[in-house]
Parts: sequence; structure tokens; C-alpha cells
Amino acid sequence: MMNPTVLRSHGLFLPFVKPCPYIKLFRIKRRYQDCTSTCTVIRHRWMRRASCPVRHFSSNSTKQESIDMSKFPVERIRNFSIIAHIDHGKSTLADRLLEITGAIATTANNKQVLDKLQVERERGITVKAQTASLFYQHDGQMYLLNLIDTPGHVDFSYEVSRSISACQGVLLIVDANQGIQAQTVANFYLAFEAQLTIIPVINKIDLKNADPERVEKQIEKVFDIPKEECIRISAKLGTNVDQVLQEVVKRIPPPTARVDDPFKALVFDSTFDHYRGVVASVALFGGQVSKGDKIVSAHLGKTYEINELGILRPDEHPTETLYAGQVGYVIAGMKEVKEAQIGDTLYLHKQPVEALPGFKPAKAMVFAGMYPMDQSEYTALRSAVEKLTLNDSSVSVQKDSSLALGAGWRLGFLGLLHMEVFNQRLEQEYNASVIVTAPTVPYKAVLSSAKLIKEHGAEEITIINPAQFPERSQVLEYLEPMVMGTIIAPDDFTGKIMSLCQNRRAVQKNMLYIDDHRVMMKYVFPLNEIVVDFYDQLKSMSSGYASFDYEGAGYEPAELIKIDFLLNGRPVEELATIVHKERAYSMGKAICERLKDSIPRQMFEIAVQAAIGSKIIARETIKAYRKNVLAKCYGGDITRKMKLLKKQAEGKKKMRRIGNIDVPKDAFINVLKRK
Amino acid sequence: MKSMCRSSLKHCTGTVADGVFLRSIATRLATHADEASLYVHWPYCLKRCSYCNFNKYISRSQNHNVMTECLKKETQTLLQLSQISRISSVFFGGGTPSLAQPSTIAAVLETVSKHARVSDDAEVTLEVNPTPAGKACLKDFTLAGVNRFSIGIQSLNDDHLRTLGRDHNSYHALQTLSEARTVCPGRVSVDVMFALPGQSVKSWESEVKTLLPLCDDHVSLYQLTLERGTQLFKQVESGELRVPGDDVTAVMYQSARKILEQAGFLQYEVSNFSRNNAVSKHNLGYWSGQQYIGVGPGAHGRFVPNALGGVQREARTQTLEPDVWIREVQRQGHGTRRRIQLDPRGLLEEVLVMGLRMNKGITKQHWKLFSPEADLYQIFGVSDKVKEYQAEGLLILDDRGLRCSWEGLALLDSILPTMLLELEMFFETKGMTRTQHNNRKD
Repeated sequence: MMNPTVLRSHGLFLPFVKPCPYIKLFRIKRRYQDCTSTCTVIRHRWMRRASCPVRHFSSNSTKQESIDMSKFPVERIRNFSIIAHIDHGKSTLADRLLEITGAIATTANNKQVLDKLQVERERGITVKAQTASLFYQHDGQMYLLNLIDTPGHVDFSYEVSRSISACQGVLLIVDANQGIQAQTVANFYLAFEAQLTIIPVINKIDLKNADPERVEKQIEKVFDIPKEECIRISAKLGTNVDQVLQEVVKRIPPPTARVDDPFKALVFDSTFDHYRGVVASVALFGGQVSKGDKIVSAHLGKTYEINELGILRPDEHPTETLYAGQVGYVIAGMKEVKEAQIGDTLYLHKQPVEALPGFKPAKAMVFAGMYPMDQSEYTALRSAVEKLTLNDSSVSVQKDSSLALGAGWRLGFLGLLHMEVFNQRLEQEYNASVIVTAPTVPYKAVLSSAKLIKEHGAEEITIINPAQFPERSQVLEYLEPMVMGTIIAPDDFTGKIMSLCQNRRAVQKNMLYIDDHRVMMKYVFPLNEIVVDFYDQLKSMSSGYASFDYEGAGYEPAELIKIDFLLNGRPVEELATIVHKERAYSMGKAICERLKDSIPRQMFEIAVQAAIGSKIIARETIKAYRKNVLAKCYGGDITRKMKLLKKQAEGKKKMRRIGNIDVPKDAFINVLKRK
Repeated sequence: MKSMCRSSLKHCTGTVADGVFLRSIATRLATHADEASLYVHWPYCLKRCSYCNFNKYISRSQNHNVMTECLKKETQTLLQLSQISRISSVFFGGGTPSLAQPSTIAAVLETVSKHARVSDDAEVTLEVNPTPAGKACLKDFTLAGVNRFSIGIQSLNDDHLRTLGRDHNSYHALQTLSEARTVCPGRVSVDVMFALPGQSVKSWESEVKTLLPLCDDHVSLYQLTLERGTQLFKQVESGELRVPGDDVTAVMYQSARKILEQAGFLQYEVSNFSRNNAVSKHNLGYWSGQQYIGVGPGAHGRFVPNALGGVQREARTQTLEPDVWIREVQRQGHGTRRRIQLDPRGLLEEVLVMGLRMNKGITKQHWKLFSPEADLYQIFGVSDKVKEYQAEGLLILDDRGLRCSWEGLALLDSILPTMLLELEMFFETKGMTRTQHNNRKD
């Protein structure tokens, strides 16, 4: 079913385009430039090739000359990724693996080499998938290990599943002190469902409080993996990291691909370069491909000639040919991001193959309005949003305008973290100051009115904007999105957490002791109940010990109603909101109170009301000003007084008038903004 | 220079060129162009009041001779700079100007008379702290030329006076008031404050009633404003003291207005009440957009620096710190730290904002002095918002002019931003028609 109200940014899959500000990150690298014996090969995903001056490789005689990739037959290739809960050490391990295999020099400065975004480094999470090909000597044989780094959070499972589709195994990292956390579970299931080999790795064994034995037991209990299979390491100190690589070779099967088959490759990622066009990351499922070959995109049927191809170490490193089972990049004169759709299959001209199953488009589950702080910044913000959404096609963009906040957008995100990361990138990388409204979720309505069904062309519609909320009399039922939430916490907090969940209309599905005093609880939540402050509350009530993660769990019928807010009897459109019946009263009251606190007193009384239909459910009164005049105003006070009044007059211009009430933008921001 | 300006204007009248508006103001004001009032700032105090953030300095020793010389010097310089020939009133404020020696006051007034005409009945006010020392000097001050006293009684409640950090008590206050009335009958004003920590409506009302039989013909009422950085601000912030809420202070203001009016006082401005027409001419000058010269550390002025060939009025501020100011005056004859040109619109804005503080508001004639081309009706008569205010009984726009009603005066600061916007809108559309006009000419 098409939802007419949500327009995807530009088609469903957009490759990743290079936003210029990333260049600044390049400086990290400059420090090493004078150093000739060693060097960094930070491949900057968004970095222009032209700005990449020296590229030596310290390892394996790989100077600038091309590597003969035929040295790596399928049986000596392993494709894997690393998955972990936040801060369990995924990126540190990746750094060590890169060092051991000589992809990057061993220095104390390699910190999260694959995490390029400021937000990634700050939050200790990976947002974008990255790829690094490692050369590893094992039992006298040279192996090609392709590390496909993935985002750690299920919000980004869109990215994870793309990466996983190019892998045969994963390293599941668990912190030896913290043990299994909610995200560990979510990540495990992603890999498990994709039938990948899972190698549990217990990290941070050097910590004083490390208890790897307990963690091994947890892994056995929760994931049913024998504890003997766990590898205990310290990525920070490098302890047992080589064993990890050995186990990758031993346990993870090589890709099932044959060089004799016709060329067939999956596009699992892509970036855009202003000079070279689209740079597509590909995994070869069969055959081989060389520079100069003519290839066809199965999706568009268009033919391209390969200008350059190679492997990512993690910097781009051109080769002559890529063979079955290998992972690398291809530049083939694709001029537009739309031409390299992620999930597309490439094949050789005149040798068509059956296309690989693509990816399901990511569905936005959390929506928020986004407006420039000042309308004069609209154009700048628009270009920033465009750049970021090109980079992250999972964000849906819909133009929106609010009488109070001006022109802006309604953006759809995969989840809360996704939204936060997006906002943070917007602020940090584009220096944009934005107003982000409190997040909402997409509701659905099953229509009963024949007229409405005809109008919408469907019986079931998705409602993102409260203005489109159909009346109760015209629907059979309303539906709200649900999620399956996983909470892992010490059992001291079980009682508190259970009552918190109950307050959020959650239904418990499962409860399991993962060790002597850690409990894993599964709850089905209405998504709306967790989008605002659930996680913060959970964290604070458990002194930070509880972890939470969730995945989509479909839609369920719900008693939904629309609340209108009135100022002296006039509705304020931008404040209308859809809530569950049970929440109507508390929500109505809370917003009325917030409005009361943020609308300045005026010369007359203002009634602030919340209403369902014609029924008033909450009311606050803003009393009239009885006196507002500065007592003293003589010669010396005039300048100061004028300044103040002029400022107030300026502010008045920006106010929104509802009836005869002037409502400052700040009041709307206070009410609508995410707290 | 001035006559040239006047004659050239005659040729211009009728055209809508850019500068005409400005020049016509200068001419229309011609009758007042050579007149101004004078404010003299004495920056020193004996003690810091807990609520005061004014420009004042607690200094153990003041060199009265140096201050006298510098005040004289700056008065002379600025009078010459402005080419003001008539001083309509003088006001000695502070700080605590009653700490100045009467000879200093006399010397400044002498300087004024030497460089400008001061009529015999010109108002010369001195702010007085009601301390025994202040009281003792009153007679000498009148001999020096002061003919009006403004006494900072603030409160008749000794607890309140202590909270405010004043260096007097209610007994001193009444003594000083009585002495002032003896030496300057009919020309004594008292300052009283309300919304003090711990004050109730009842106690405030009784304070006003106590004052009535004792005071002269002028009363100023001030609501205590908590200024950031003062001791009192901190005390209230920390919860040590509590000030009455908005609704309570509104009642305090209205009840005091009523009590004073019943006693025969006329409220002629937001905070000022007079009987027998004993209004403060000096302060009326501020509210009517009259030129004034500010002398002394931190003093403000508004005048056209004619000697520099200026045509526009300037907002001037003198250097704040007394020591620095003294050095500047000694070196260059004045301590002007900042000069901002007031364009016709800026001037009109001040006329509007200040004028509406008076109960008579802005008369048609008064407005015309500053806005010869657009009368009050043209600017404000069409506004829906102004009509709304009129309908609500807050504002009056009629043939007499524009003014607040009794209720409106208490809400003036809510009304003013709208009025400024209306003025701005008028100027902008006017600017547009002017450009169109010019384009047509091209």
C-alpha cells in the first residue's frame, strides 16, 4: 500500500554522497604524513581522492602497484563483521585487527579508525558501514579477510542487514564486565536469523572487575553457544587478538561463490564522489570482473564501463580484477546516486544472471518536525538536510509548514537513536541550529466510510499528521505500532522496571535470569510509549545498569483520539496531537500547563484548554496583567528602556496571533520541542 | 549655518525627498533648538544601598575642588558644543548630590549663567538624602541657587529602610522633610518606594496615608525593581527575602494612586504626583523630548552638537568612572564616552515612549514638532491594535492627541511595543512610497 503522505527522499535507495565538511577529519591523518616508514591508510569514506596525498602501505610489499587478487581463491576468503552493544569495544578490536594485518600502522593513535563521523566517535557507536580488506597469514597461506564493519544499533539494522548479506560470519563482542546487554541480544538475532557463523568474543578481560566466566555462562544460557567457543581478549592491550583472526579463518566458512560462474555482484553500499561519480561497494557472488569490463545494473538495465575497481584496506586500493567471493569497490561512470541502488545486482554485459534478492526498504517508525531556528536559515538547513538524507536514505523527508514555526520538514527515522544521531550530525557537521519537535509515531486507521476509502484509494491509511486523523465514526479501528523491547538489568531493579513498563501500557512476554542476578525481560510496548523519555527513565531508575533495545512488532488495534488545544476558544492547529485514550487526560493537562508557563501574561485573561471534540478535558488560566510599567524613567534610563522596548517590538513581529493573543515562538518551542 | 538651513528649507517644502523630513524637524524645533535642561551627576555615596545599581562610588575622600573644577569645565564645554543659549532647568542627581559642597553647586550654576541664559524662576532641583548632615546643608544649598528639593525618603518604616541599606531612619526623614519645606516651601518632592520585601498592601497604604499630612506638593512613587548584581537581588534569589508578587504590587500601585488622588494630587506621570501644579519641570522635559545636557560621570544627554555642525540630535553618555572622567575632562574639556546619532525615527520613538508616560500624553501640537508630516491619526488611527486598545479603554486617540487612560497607564509597557511597531510600519510604507516617488521622477 502506498502512503500518499510520506514521500521518500529520492527513490528508495540512495547511495551515500560525500558532504564536504568531512574533509576536516582528514587532519587526523596529516600528523603522520612526514613519517615515511609507517603511514596511515585511513580511508575516508567521504574523502576526495584528490585530497589524499601519500599512500604507502607498510605491509606485504603492497606499494602502489596493483595486487593480484587471483592469489585469493574463494576458499582463502572470509567475510565477517563485528557486532556489539555500545562501548563493548567493537571499534577498538577493529583497530587491532587492522594493525595486526598491517592495514594500518601500529601506533597509539589508532582510535576507532573506522568510525569517521564525529558523532560515531563521541557516542562510541558506528552509524555507517565500513569495509576493510585484511591480508592474513595462516598456516603458511595468505588469506583475504574482509571486515565489514556495521552499525551497532538495531535502529541501523537496515545497514546491519546490508552488511550481513555480504558476510558469512560475525564476531559477537561482549564486555567482560557488563556482560550481555540488550543490544547484544538484538544483534545476535540479526546474525542468527541470517544463519551466520557466530564467534563470541569476550572483550576487556584486562578490567579489574572483568568476570569472563560469568559472561560465558550468560552466552551459553541466552544464545545456546557452548562456553568453550568464547574467545577471551583485551582489544585494548591486543591480548588474544591474533587468536580471533585464527578463529575467523577456522570457523567462518568461505563464501559460496565460484569463479567459473558468470559475474554477479551485490551492491551493498555506495558513496558519491564529485569527481568520479558513484563509488559502489560490491560483494562478488560469482565470476570475476576487471577494469574495462562492461557491466549492467539489473535494476535499471543500464550498461556501464568499469573505470576503476579495487579493494578497501580500508583506503581505496585499485586492482586489475576482483574475483568471486571478494569484496571491493567499483567505479563505473555512474553519474547519479540513483544509479547505484543498494541491493542492486550487477552482471556482465550480455551475460545476464538472476538478480539477487534486494533489501527491504527501511520503514520510518519515529517522526519529528524539524524547523530552522530562524526562517532566514531555511535554505541553508534545507541543503544540510538534503546532504544528510542523501547519505542516509533511511530518513524519509516530507515538507511541512507550521504556522508557528514556519517552513520545515517532517522527518521519519528508523528509531530514536537514529533520530538523535541525525540531529547531532546536522548540528555538528552543518552547524545548523534547529528546532526538533517531540517525536510521534505513524498510526493507522482502517476506514469504514466508503467515501474516505475512495478518497484514499485504500481501506487502511497511515496517519502521520494529526490534521489527517479521521473521525471515529469513519473508521472501523485505529492501529498503533508496537515494538518488542528487551531490557536487561540486575534483578534489584526488576520491580521498578516492571511498574515502569506497566505504566507504559506494556505487556510482559518473557522473563529470564541470564545469570545469578541479571534478568532479561521482554515486553511488547506501544512504540509511542517509548519514543519520548522511556529510556532516560529506565536509565535513571536503574542507576544506569539497565540496557534497552527494541525491534518492530507490527501494529495492534488501539483506542486513539485526537486532542485539540484552544486559546480562548480558538484551536491552535500545530498543537493538535493523537494519543491513546488512557493518556488523553494527563497529556492534555501537561500541555496546558506547559502553555500556561510559556505564554507571557497579556492584558486580558487567557483560557488554555485541551479538548476532545467538543469536550474540554483540561484547562489552565493565564491571568491578565494588572500592572506592567517601569516605575522610573528619566534621562539616564531612556536608552536602556528604548532598547528593551525595541527588542520586545521585534519579538512581537515573530509572534503568532491566535485570536487576539500573541503567542511567542518560544512558547511553541517549549511545548513542541523534545525535552 | 542655522540660517542657511532655514532658508534652504523654504525651497524644499512640498517635495518628499529624503532629507526634508529631518531638516523640517530641525526647523520646527527651532523655537526650542537653543534651549535645553541640564543634568549634573554627583557620583559619590556614603554607603551602598542594597537595591541600587546606579552609577555611584563609595569613596572615603573626595577632592571637592577637583570635582568642582571638572563639573564646571564640562558644563562649559558641552554648553559651547551645543550652542544652547537657554537653560530651562537644572537637576543635581546622583549618587548623593547632597554630599557635594554647596559651593560646588553654586560654582556649577554660576558657570551655567555665564554661558547661557537662566531665567530667575528656572527650576533648580537637588536630590537629598534625609540624613542629619543633609538636613544641615539645605539652607546653604538654597543660598547656592537650589530652589527645589527631591528627598529620598523611600520608606517611613525603619525595618524597610534597613533592608534597603539606607543610611537614614524615618525620624531623620521627617526632620529633613520638615526643614526642606521651611527653606523651600511648596517646592519639595519626596520619593517613596513600594513592593519592598515583607511589605503588605495594608502596610503600604498606611504608609502613604501617614505621609500625606507631612509631605509637600510633590510625591514620586517607585516600585522596587530587583537589579541583577545588587545585594538585594541575591537575597531574593536565595530566598532570604521575599518581595510581593505581581498581583500584589499591582494592587499597591493602584491603591496609592487612589489615595493620592483623593488627597488632591494629580498623577501627571506614571510615577509622579503633584498638587498646586508643583510638577517637576525638569523631568517633564525628558518626557516631552526636550534637549538636555548631561554633565558628570555617567550622565546622559540628548542634544544637537551645533558647534560641530551637527543637525541630528545625539544620545550622549559621559564616562562612568569618576577618576577616568576627571582625567578626560582635565585633558579635553569633557568626558563624553559615547555618541549615537538619533535619526528622525529614533527621535520619534523616544517622543512616543516618553510622551505616553504623561497623563496628558502626546498632544497634537507636541507631535507635530517632531513629526510635521504625519499626524497621530495618520500613524496610529488606522491600526486595528490601537483601535482594540481604545475599545478596551486603555488608550485614547482624539483631537487633543494620544494618551493612556487611567487603567492604560498601568499597562503602558504592554502597549508600547505595539505602538513602536505601528510607527515602524508607517515609516516602512512611507519609505516605499518615497522610493516609488523618486523612481517616478527618474
